[in-house]
Amino acid sequence: MAGVAGRVALITGAGSGIGRTTAQVLAKGGADIVVTDINLAGAEETAQAVTECGRKALALQVDVSDLHAVETATTQAHRELGAIDILFSNAGIGTQVAFTDMTEEDWEHMFDVHLNGTYHCFRAVLPEMKTAGWGRLISTSSMGAFTGGIRLTHYCAAKAGIAGLTVAMASELARTGITVNAVAPGVIDTPMVRKSPERWVKKMTKTIPMRKLGQPEDIAHAVAYLASEEAGFMTGQILSPNGGSYMKWC
Amino acid sequence: MRLAGKTALITGAGSGLGRATAQLFAQEGACVVVADISQRRAEAVAAEINQTNASPAIGLQADVTQGQAVSALVEQAKSAYGPINILVNNAGIAQIKDLLDITPEEWQRMIDVHMKGTFLCTRAVIGDMIAAQWGRVMNTASVAGMTGGPQNAHYAAAKAAIIGFTRSLALEYARSGITVNAVAPGLIETPMVKQGTGPAAEKVVDFFIRRIPMRQMGTPRDIAAAHLYLASDDAAYVTGQVLSPNGGYLV
Repeated sequence: MAGVAGRVALITGAGSGIGRTTAQVLAKGGADIVVTDINLAGAEETAQAVTECGRKALALQVDVSDLHAVETATTQAHRELGAIDILFSNAGIGTQVAFTDMTEEDWEHMFDVHLNGTYHCFRAVLPEMKTAGWGRLISTSSMGAFTGGIRLTHYCAAKAGIAGLTVAMASELARTGITVNAVAPGVIDTPMVRKSPERWVKKMTKTIPMRKLGQPEDIAHAVAYLASEEAGFMTGQILSPNGGSYMKWC
Repeated sequence: MRLAGKTALITGAGSGLGRATAQLFAQEGACVVVADISQRRAEAVAAEINQTNASPAIGLQADVTQGQAVSALVEQAKSAYGPINILVNNAGIAQIKDLLDITPEEWQRMIDVHMKGTFLCTRAVIGDMIAAQWGRVMNTASVAGMTGGPQNAHYAAAKAAIIGFTRSLALEYARSGITVNAVAPGLIETPMVKQGTGPAAEKVVDFFIRRIPMRQMGTPRDIAAAHLYLASDDAAYVTGQVLSPNGGYLV
């Protein structure tokens, strides 16, 4: 299987958690990785791990909510590692706020990072994918987009927005050799989830049919499948490793 | 080698999607039991694999609608390669027909091959999977099971039922190390698509291709790759899901 060998992948939010693990999994599959994160130190650590897998890495500090920053980063990435074949838009935040306490800033920040961030990244890498006639755009939705969640109205709305963007892009790009899909993680054991109170995590785990949190690897492997040569007929799909917590009709 | 040391049973593996999945699984290190209603086709596919791959395959005849035949199949498979770790319920038939022209026998046959066959085969292997605390069951749904389609009532009903079965089983075995998922192919270039659609095949295929955003049929390899992902350790947290390589036809 060709998998992702020889491809260049850009991963946002790759300084920790799911993004970092995905960088390592794709690197082991033979891809070079552009590691971006708002936290440069985290990105550099991930880049080091990629290098240890024997692949090239470039660590860049990027705030995905800033279109100009995203475009600058992709230009530099292209110069140093070549055209981006695979984008994994993964940067995200996970604050919990009751709707009645939510400020306009909370709401906007959530949408800036998730939905605008995904839009910015798609926009920045699309022209070169079109030129190549091949590309993989993979966004990060969430199981929460379909189930909802308490104190997560802004998060669930933004993640549902990403699902809408993904399926619309998939239709629009279907004849260009570029596939567009999303992963929708269930509750995964990441620094973002671990910031929540231990009690919440325990309670949440009891609701998962498998009775365990997912690991970053579970999402990374789903991304690796969607990014592979072999998944060329998969587009507009939402793949949800969630331990059986949610089974969508489609 | 993503399936090294595993034994996989694939029904309807004498052609099309099952054949491609059997070939890919053998390439990835699984011992493959190629089951088909046609002995000749089952043996031919096993022979193809044995000529080209490191992992062995055996071809066995079985009608998945017959309980005794399924039990015998699984016994023979186990004596060849040990307990089944991976089951792909792929045996299927297709027919394009107006509701009023579907005879009760045709209706029953459609339900039996898809639904009863999936039930019988799963039941026959699940005990060993529970004992091993590891198992993969992949069922074959269809986009038709989600969208419906004209002249397709019995097929769409059977395929939708497979999705309900998949989800219930996923929940039932979520804590046993067994994942249960479905693959819902879009329009794929297989012998079944040609036979099932009859003399109007070309017209039917054209009709659908115009509705696929990618403007092309999928290949059996596209489905085999989805099964491989679900069968591997990589998909250990994926259960009760429907994976649909369909060229953007259904999003």
